[in-house]
Amino acid sequence: MWTINKLLTCLFILVVMLPGVALAQTDMDAIMMNKKQFCQGITYDYSSWNQYWEGTYKRDNANLGTVSTQMLMYMPNYGITNNLNVMASVPYVWTKASAGTLHGLKGFQDMSVVVKWRAYMKKIGQDKLSFFVLGGLTTPLSNYVIDFLPMSIGLGSTNLSARGMVDFRRGNFTVTGSAAYIWRSNVKLDKDSYYDTELHMTDEVQMPNATQYQLRTGYRGKYLIAEALLTNFTTLGGYDITKNNGQLYPNLRMNATMVGANIKYTLKRFTNLAFVGGANYTVAGRNVGQSRAFNVGAFYAFYFGKKGKS
Amino acid sequence: MKKIFLSISIITCGAMILFYGCSKTIEGRTDNAPALLPSNTDVNAGAWKPILLTGPTEFAVAAPIATNTPDYIAQVSEIKSFQANITPEEKDIVRYWSAGAVFRWNEILRELVARHNLPPYQNADGTYPVPNANNPLAYPQFPFANPPYAARAYAYVSAAQYDALVAAWYYKKLYNRPAPYVVDATVNVLIPKSDLPSYPSEDAVVEGVTTEMMKLLFPGDQDFIQLKAEEHKHARLIAGANVRSDLDAGEALGKLVAQKFITRARGDRAGAAVGTPAIWSQMEQDCITRGETPWISQESPKRPPMLPLFGKVKTFLFDSTTMVTQIRPGPPPSTSSKQFQDETAEVKYYADHPTRERMKAIDFWADGVATVTPPGHWNDIAAEDFLKQNFSEVRWARNLALLNMAMMDAAIVCWDGKYAYFNPRPSQVDPSIKTLTGLPNFPSYISGHSTFSAAAATILGHILPSRANDYLGMAEEAKLSRLYGAIHYRSDIEVGFDCGKKVGNFAIQRATTDGAE
Repeated sequence: MWTINKLLTCLFILVVMLPGVALAQTDMDAIMMNKKQFCQGITYDYSSWNQYWEGTYKRDNANLGTVSTQMLMYMPNYGITNNLNVMASVPYVWTKASAGTLHGLKGFQDMSVVVKWRAYMKKIGQDKLSFFVLGGLTTPLSNYVIDFLPMSIGLGSTNLSARGMVDFRRGNFTVTGSAAYIWRSNVKLDKDSYYDTELHMTDEVQMPNATQYQLRTGYRGKYLIAEALLTNFTTLGGYDITKNNGQLYPNLRMNATMVGANIKYTLKRFTNLAFVGGANYTVAGRNVGQSRAFNVGAFYAFYFGKKGKS
Repeated sequence: MKKIFLSISIITCGAMILFYGCSKTIEGRTDNAPALLPSNTDVNAGAWKPILLTGPTEFAVAAPIATNTPDYIAQVSEIKSFQANITPEEKDIVRYWSAGAVFRWNEILRELVARHNLPPYQNADGTYPVPNANNPLAYPQFPFANPPYAARAYAYVSAAQYDALVAAWYYKKLYNRPAPYVVDATVNVLIPKSDLPSYPSEDAVVEGVTTEMMKLLFPGDQDFIQLKAEEHKHARLIAGANVRSDLDAGEALGKLVAQKFITRARGDRAGAAVGTPAIWSQMEQDCITRGETPWISQESPKRPPMLPLFGKVKTFLFDSTTMVTQIRPGPPPSTSSKQFQDETAEVKYYADHPTRERMKAIDFWADGVATVTPPGHWNDIAAEDFLKQNFSEVRWARNLALLNMAMMDAAIVCWDGKYAYFNPRPSQVDPSIKTLTGLPNFPSYISGHSTFSAAAATILGHILPSRANDYLGMAEEAKLSRLYGAIHYRSDIEVGFDCGKKVGNFAIQRATTDGAE
């Protein structure tokens, strides 16, 4: 029998980079599920931009208009122990340009699996301090086209990420900071040669690794969570788009700084069910679209073990 | 808890191994191309038919000094002094250039094309600036190396290399000066030995002729080109392959031959191919007068059509009368005909039903903005096959000249057709058609990819008959990729293919009579 329980935690942020290049992050909050709790949800994400940075030059492009990326994502999340959670995501993505002639693409993008470990937790009076270590893997679910940016649905690399996170809580006020290093595998084009800053006689593209930092703060109550977010994604290398160059490859130097907000509400009468919503806006970037992203979702929790505690 | 700690440790360690264990360095297919070791030195190539030269002796090459003179001995000593202090970087340079002079300069040319294949960004008033050859570094940089420009560049460079090498081979046989390592057995040789006479140096001939041609075609890249040239000549010295007088004579001959081609290029009408607003609107008006829907730029802001007068450029393999009477395509299906509607519907089907296999073909053959262009792609295909054939430098040049003259003439035939008919693209007549690759900014009929590819496959199949069917298969795929990509009708690609084959056959005609077979 499923027993109704308290707050269950699944909160997801979607960081949408270039059109069709979404990084599903399920690993940047400090909330843990208890042992043997299982939660699954569906989120819908809409992100769009009509301006982008060609290198450092910000421009629009009447041959693209507004480029939008929509994503429908399934996300299961399981508590192996109170301090060890595993979460996954499976996104379906489709892209569209409002002007020009380019056709959108669609398909299953990158699956991700993240293991989240609360390594340390200490209560000091009213305050609580926790440290987390997370390891993640994302890999394409389909052999989607990466030669057709910005209409491609992803960049095609398999990524390994290692993240450290610290969370401070005083009452219902929280601050969480995290830093991640993302190792990105090389990718293969449909083309067998390409020019970025030189001519490469191969289909293989060397992907720069990346870092990601996030600071989030806000209210974390029993039923309501509301946080403000500051996120930075920086590739460690890559090349700049040259002027008016429409042929883009996945090894671009893609940097973005985003501000956003997340909200999650768990029904008081039926705590198995929670709703999430969020928004993100790119305030600075390089070789990325200046995206505005919104997401909504619903999560349903199952309790296989004994009642969890908050 | 201990267990968990253990498993986390294992995961972390595993990740660390992956982080540092996987080298991400990429290697190009030709980075380590083997040193050229011709199976036949083509010692009589001085008798082959040149393209522009009246004969191999049109430019004189003075007799070399004897190999027992103090001057020659000093030149051998120069080699030895370089070799005594050779660095790993110099060894890499020798290895790079040993793959072949014609081959490496062809790759460099492709790189220049890709670098310059960028359509200019619009002005604030919605017009577009035109690159200026006299001010190549100002934006938009000269040239915009689009497919016709690139086809012409590849052809001029290859044809000039060929003529220069025919002359060089003539003098090699005439003077018969042995290589320094034959004269002095104590010279180290870092490349395969050859019994080909070394004066004038074939490498320096190629370097000399190519740098001159490139400076005409890519005037903003002189520093880059000169750097490569110096590196090439240095590689020949430290490899023990040539003495300095071999190089000087070769370079001088190459530069002289280049002048002949530069003169032709200045007068081949390519400089006027951009046209004028009056010409552009006249073409549109003529199309309307014929009762057809004219092509309209679908770029925003509307971009003038690409090189509308490129069809008037002087061909290499046939004259303009032959082009009009024997090769020029008949008119496309009328834009008001049933056939046109059916063909548009077929395009719409492919636009809305992309398969992964078709997308692969579309991407593989796209060769659009910032790439080596379709002619460049066929140069790559040819070059990688030629690497396995152990051709002499002069045969390398001859085969690439045949290929590239065919593709330049294919470009001329194709552009002639495009602007004779001014046919609209599928996405213009049916805006619900969205394209799966970049939409080229010029009329639809006939397809450039199809014309280039058929011409290339035809002449390459003659050069390497064992690969003829493969080339034809590739050209078919290139052709269909443009229909799959929803930017061409069936008529565009089929008729383009036929025209390309005809052009290719003219190249075969030349190949069978140039004395090399």
